[in-house]
Amino acid sequence: MTPEWAQRRAVVDEILQRYPERRSAIMPLLHLAQESRGYVAREDIEAIAEILAMTPAQVESVASFYALYVRRPRGRHTLTVCSNLACVLGGARSLVEHLRQRLGVEPGETTDDGLFTLQVTGECLAACDQAPVLQVDGYYVHRASPDKVDRLLEALRRGVPMAELADRAALPHEAEGGAQGGARPETPAGPGKGARADGWRL
Amino acid sequence: MAGAFEPILTAGIGRMALERIEVYESQGGYEALRKAVRQMTPQAVQKEVTDSNLRGRGGAGFPTGRKWSFLPDDGRPRYLVCNADESEPGTFKDRLLLERNPHLVIEGIMLAGYAIGAARAFVYLRGEFRQAYEVLQRALAEARRRSYVGDRVLGSDFSLEIVVHRGAGAYICGEETGLLSSLQGGRGEPRLKPPFPATAGLYGQPTVVNNVETLACVPSIVSRGARWFASIGSPKSPGPKIFSVSGRVRRPGNYELPLGTPLREILFEHAGGLEPGRRIKAVQPGGGSSAILTEAHLDVAMDFDSVAQAGSMLGSAGVIVLDDRDCIVEAAQVLAEFYAHESCGQCTPCREGLHWAARVLRRIVAGGGRPEDIEVLQSLPSRIAGRTICPLADAGVGFLSSSLKYFVDEYRAHVTLGRCVREAYVA
Repeated sequence: MTPEWAQRRAVVDEILQRYPERRSAIMPLLHLAQESRGYVAREDIEAIAEILAMTPAQVESVASFYALYVRRPRGRHTLTVCSNLACVLGGARSLVEHLRQRLGVEPGETTDDGLFTLQVTGECLAACDQAPVLQVDGYYVHRASPDKVDRLLEALRRGVPMAELADRAALPHEAEGGAQGGARPETPAGPGKGARADGWRL
Repeated sequence: MAGAFEPILTAGIGRMALERIEVYESQGGYEALRKAVRQMTPQAVQKEVTDSNLRGRGGAGFPTGRKWSFLPDDGRPRYLVCNADESEPGTFKDRLLLERNPHLVIEGIMLAGYAIGAARAFVYLRGEFRQAYEVLQRALAEARRRSYVGDRVLGSDFSLEIVVHRGAGAYICGEETGLLSSLQGGRGEPRLKPPFPATAGLYGQPTVVNNVETLACVPSIVSRGARWFASIGSPKSPGPKIFSVSGRVRRPGNYELPLGTPLREILFEHAGGLEPGRRIKAVQPGGGSSAILTEAHLDVAMDFDSVAQAGSMLGSAGVIVLDDRDCIVEAAQVLAEFYAHESCGQCTPCREGLHWAARVLRRIVAGGGRPEDIEVLQSLPSRIAGRTICPLADAGVGFLSSSLKYFVDEYRAHVTLGRCVREAYVA
């Protein structure tokens, strides 16, 4: 048991008492490890195995089943772009392209300054009405136009907490006139792209 | 009649901060729970839900009261699990309720727990829903302070604790046996049914798994009565339903309407119709897993039975719209890649078959299609669907098999030309 896990004893005990059976605590303990370290390390696997009277191999087999547990350090912020059907219709591919250029990394990679890890997921992020969508550290960014993404990256570089920048799930009438994330961008593939919005001036 | 319908589950969202308990209470919140623990027996609550004909909103449409009635009365502890693992492509209703109306969900859980005599309730919350997790934890703390959750609810003999359990990124955990494997601390691998969770669920004990939106319907059933609920929408599929509309409509979003509202009305009166000059090509009425419908089906009533008769399923009611600019083959590939990735790997037809489907589609989209590919794709669904432990395999071929039925020419053109004949898929 590492010192950091020994210090967490109270939190661990609280987690254990939520469940009639000890083993159910494996996922919250893995989340706890990842939230404090940024990833799940081998020593976390061993500590959790010890707490739950399992073998490290058993803990590994559970951890490896789930996409959100990562086993290597990542950037300070993880940007996850949804690339399921509704987001692809809404321009997810150009969003990924924009992020690749802005960050200078490929999906799965981390920027040299250690700030951003770019990810593309096939998992629908349940915000299809706000396509294209990305999550930053689990918080939502709706209708992620190039401008909005640039403003977001800039704010994160300044150290603004992501919780303050996040978009909430909304009903259609709330989105009229733009939610907190700014005005509604044109649908990337929408008609009228390049059309003059101001009408013809004589 | 549609004009007479007032939203129930989403009422007040956007106008008031329902996530704050005093605001929720000011709208009559927690009155149903008060009524139940003070004036009703658990059996009476269960009867009300049975008589309301509430059907499961997670996708299967199974009558909720009947599901509860399957619990054996054998003295073993019973568990209630709220399935909040919303991951079906095109579906975003549960996230709205959890983030914006969490107390409604909590009240629904408490009422269901009271009705079935649950020893403990769990919310299996999708791991990606960080905001929902924070909102729900705050709401639960408020509800405990006011004695709606925990020991001796409102001074009665009824006690029930709610534990929020966060998933960690696995679509398959939305399937109830996969969810229970995960909640027990294992990999989220489904198992054969029977036995059903009602007799052998969490830790082998009698367990009910209900979707977020299903549970959110319970407070209004208890406060306004089964007859009122049963009078909304289709006689065989009554009640309010949140339709998540996305894709090529001008006003995508969640629309709460009576079950049985025609698809045409949902798309054109509520979701703003299509962009000017565009035509509907395909609609998935029940999430990424559902077979497509076409323009010819727009008058279908959006309820469980009518959509099934039209050859698809209401499922989660995530309505994804494609118009005439969209490439069917590329859409099929996007979905195929997703399902192949999410297969848990236990069953060969799913693990291998969905990967084959994705690989063939990927090659066709990349311009390397061969004439025999069409036959290969046509032969896959019947070799995959219905041959596995859980329905993920069927879900993975829903779009493929139905699009081959309606748009085989488009597949053929893709193979012949080596590219799509349409405009670029996305800008």
